[in-house]
Amino acid sequence: MELKEKIVSSYLAFENDVDINSEIHDIRTEAFHNFEKLGFPTKKLEAWKYTSLNSVLKNDFSIFPNKENAIEFADVKKYFIHDIDTYKVVFIDGKYSSFLSDTTHDGKDVCLMSSALSKSKYKAVIENYFNKIAKQDNLTSLNTAFANEGAYIYIPKNVEVEKPIQIINFTTGNDAATMVQPRNLIVVEENAHVQIIERHQSLTENAVLTNVVTEIFSAKNSTVDYYKIQNDKDNASLVDNTYIEQKTNSVVSVHTFSFGGNITRNNLNFYQRGEHIDSILKGITIIEGKQHVDHHTLVHHIEPNCESHQDYKGIFDARSTGVFNGKVIVDKEAQKTNAYQQNNNVLISDKATINAKPQLEIFADDVKCSHGCTIGQLDEDALFYMQQRGIPKKEGKALLMYAFANTVLESVKIPEVKQRINKLIATKLGVNIGFDL
Amino acid sequence: MLKINNLHASIDDKSILKGLNIEVKAGEVHAIMGPNGAGKSTLANIVAGKEEYDVTEGVIELNGEDISELAPEERAHNGVFLSFQYPVEIPGVSVTNFIKTAINETRKAKGLEDMPAKDMLKMIREKSELLEIDRKFLSRSLNEGFSGGEKKRNEIFQMAMLEPKLAILDETDSGLDIDALRIVANGVNKLKSKDNAVIVITHYQRLLEYIVPDFVHVLHDGKIVKTGDASLALELEAKGYDWIKKEVNS
Repeated sequence: MELKEKIVSSYLAFENDVDINSEIHDIRTEAFHNFEKLGFPTKKLEAWKYTSLNSVLKNDFSIFPNKENAIEFADVKKYFIHDIDTYKVVFIDGKYSSFLSDTTHDGKDVCLMSSALSKSKYKAVIENYFNKIAKQDNLTSLNTAFANEGAYIYIPKNVEVEKPIQIINFTTGNDAATMVQPRNLIVVEENAHVQIIERHQSLTENAVLTNVVTEIFSAKNSTVDYYKIQNDKDNASLVDNTYIEQKTNSVVSVHTFSFGGNITRNNLNFYQRGEHIDSILKGITIIEGKQHVDHHTLVHHIEPNCESHQDYKGIFDARSTGVFNGKVIVDKEAQKTNAYQQNNNVLISDKATINAKPQLEIFADDVKCSHGCTIGQLDEDALFYMQQRGIPKKEGKALLMYAFANTVLESVKIPEVKQRINKLIATKLGVNIGFDL
Repeated sequence: MLKINNLHASIDDKSILKGLNIEVKAGEVHAIMGPNGAGKSTLANIVAGKEEYDVTEGVIELNGEDISELAPEERAHNGVFLSFQYPVEIPGVSVTNFIKTAINETRKAKGLEDMPAKDMLKMIREKSELLEIDRKFLSRSLNEGFSGGEKKRNEIFQMAMLEPKLAILDETDSGLDIDALRIVANGVNKLKSKDNAVIVITHYQRLLEYIVPDFVHVLHDGKIVKTGDASLALELEAKGYDWIKKEVNS
């Protein structure tokens, strides 16, 4: 049976586990019909021209891993940022792990989507925010149809969350092929501040497809710093659909670090509904083998006097492939917009490819929009300079790549995350650079 | 120290060095002067091991060992240092981290442990004082946004840190004002010893007032055509290169 048929025919089983007489389920059902109509995206869609899921969709995915799978903390400690105190919302094969989690209701809610969807105390927030900015496209609809579990984070007015929140989704590989569809909702009220780290991690070589949707609402004067660490196993694919709505004077940054996995597709969408908003989108991609990473970004400037800053760096080795599609829309009303986009790529091997496409749609006449896109090789003169100082070619290359990616790391605000990413980069580049990473 | 015999080299089939000979002994300072396009920088790059050049004939020996087949980093590990005419900018790597990496990679090649952090810091402090380098400067990205003078001073700072046996200064004086020139020259003089050697490549005799050479060579059309003592540099300054060209051609 094709995956789509399998999913469609599983819907009744899913309905056994959720409250079907709720408004949420009406949203789900509508999304389900939408997916039934649209199916999985194919290369015929412009947005999927350079990313094919065909090879992934051939797997016989189990759609609802029913078993409660336990894992030992010691075995997965390395996937956490564990040297600082954090809140944790952890899932194993799509099911909440209370053992690995550290949630809170103390002055804020860091907890589960399933309880937020079912308990009356969350009803107002859910009604106001759930599925309000998520697009009705193929894969977001699929996620919405099955939306039940994930992280629910609500930060009330004036609350500065004192420690970062980690959202981690493990897949155990107890089934030969696992599909999970986490659904996260993050609401940050006026003047509140939160830092979030998200990671999807497969624990075996078995196939995984994660189709995650995250909605983030950032109210007036709020700050959200979001870090996505994508360093999964070779057979784990990820479609990340993130939608962010910002209000006046808010600052939201999303850093995406893509170092592994099979096929990784990031759909990152910002909607600016207010003035003096700053949206920051940054990414480092370092891949090899046959890995594929696709960044589709959208920044929609709707109102005047806002800024957006995009900076994506990519290093592609072997037969790896990359896509960068950066779309900026500036509405007619959005005068005095400053929108910057930078996408720089280094191809280490002759067989690696990158498809880069900046896409600017500007309807206002008093704006500053810039975009720069480069695709190149490592600077031979710089390499010779380093060799002349005694740094071997291999380490020199690593140092150059490190330096190339470094501008993106500078804006990481959690030192332990920065350190972790530095380590991952060093490991990825296969060297021990002689200074503290 | 350095012995070059009958060196022929070309780039993109264009012949640049055409039978060059030079011998530099430990404790000596040699100046190489000559008109533009004579092959001065080519010589420096070839000794340092830049791969773009084809060495078609001749031998380069460092302390009796033929180094022509060695990679640039191996030559550096053997004590060759080139102060670049145009130092490369490397955004994202601070001066301090760069020099630490360079020193520890050199130590690693010699089978030594990394230099203890405390010793490294002490050495950085001493050498930056020698070259009157502001400490803040050391945390900036290597050569990025540096003025011409800062770049050159940073080259000599690295030389001081790496303590090479053979230092080749390729037009280190260009882009320096008189104060910076004095600081750089003073740094070079302090590093000079009976065990190391310096080759100064320059257009002008100005630098040689501060770094006094034992020998002055004139490089013209890929060969050393005249060798003398420090007074030759003065003569060149006064009379230019045309008389040498005529002498060679006659």
